[in-house]
Amino acid sequence: MPPFSINIVMIVAAVLFVLGLIGVLTRKNIIFMLLSIEIMLNAAGLAFIAAGAKWNQPDGQVMFLFILAMAASEVSVALALVLQIYHQHKTLDVEDLKGLKD
Amino acid sequence: MVITRYHPIHALLYLVVSFLAAAMIFLSLGAPFIAVLEVIIYAGAIMVLFIFVVMMLNLGKNTAAQEKDWLRPGVWVGPSLLALVLLAELVLLLLKGEVLAMNVSVVDPKKVALSLYGEYIIGVELTGFLLMAGIVGAAHVGKHKKKHLHRFLQEEELENMPVGIDENTGSGK
Repeated sequence: MPPFSINIVMIVAAVLFVLGLIGVLTRKNIIFMLLSIEIMLNAAGLAFIAAGAKWNQPDGQVMFLFILAMAASEVSVALALVLQIYHQHKTLDVEDLKGLKD
Repeated sequence: MVITRYHPIHALLYLVVSFLAAAMIFLSLGAPFIAVLEVIIYAGAIMVLFIFVVMMLNLGKNTAAQEKDWLRPGVWVGPSLLALVLLAELVLLLLKGEVLAMNVSVVDPKKVALSLYGEYIIGVELTGFLLMAGIVGAAHVGKHKKKHLHRFLQEEELENMPVGIDENTGSGK
C-alpha cells in the first residue's frame, strides 16, 4: 500500500462536509435535510478515523462509534418527528412549519 | 449526487453508494471494524429507516415535481457559493501545513474494544443513556395518531363547532 498523506483524507472529509452543508442550506424538503445531516456526520467520522489512523491509536474509532450511536438515535427521533409533522400539516416543507411563530 | 436529486428514493440510493465508498476509505485507513459497522448500521439500518418513512409517506412523482419547483438556481447559488468559500478555506488550511505521510497500519478491533471499555467506559454508558432516550422519544413522538391541539385552540374549535358534534370529537383531551 503506498503511503498517502493525511491531508488528502482530510480534504475528502471537508468536501463531504461542505456537500452536506450545501444540502442543508438549499433543500426545503425535511427528508433531504436529514440526509444531508447524515452526510455531515459521516464526514466528521471520516476525519476522526483519519486522525486515529495517523497516530495509530484506537481513540478515533471509539469516537466514530459514539458518532454512529448518536446518528442512529438522532435519525430515529427525527423520523418520528417527520411522521408526526406529515400527519399534522400534510407537508414536508420546512417553510410551512410556522406554528410557533408569532 | 445526493443533494441534487428530486426523487427521495434516488437520493437514498446515492447516499448508500456514498456510505459504501466511505466504508472502503475506512478499510484502506486500517479500520476494518469501523468499515463493517458503517456498512451494517449506516447503509443497512439507517437507510432502512429512511426508506420506511419515504414509503410510509408515499412520496412519489408529486414530491419530485415539487422539489423541481423548489430547486431553482436562484435558491441554491447563494448558499452554495458561501459553502464553497468555506471549502476553499478548509482546503487552504489543510494544504498550508507540511505534508505528513502516514504509515497505515491496521488498528485491530481488540485495541478498539480495550480502549472503549477501558478509558471510555463513561462514554459507553452515556451512549446507552442516549440510545435509551432516543428509543423512548421516538416511541412517544410516533405514538400519537390524533391531531393534538393546544387547549386554547381546542376551546376555540369547540366554540366554532356546531352543537352536537363536539361530543364525538371534542372529548379527546
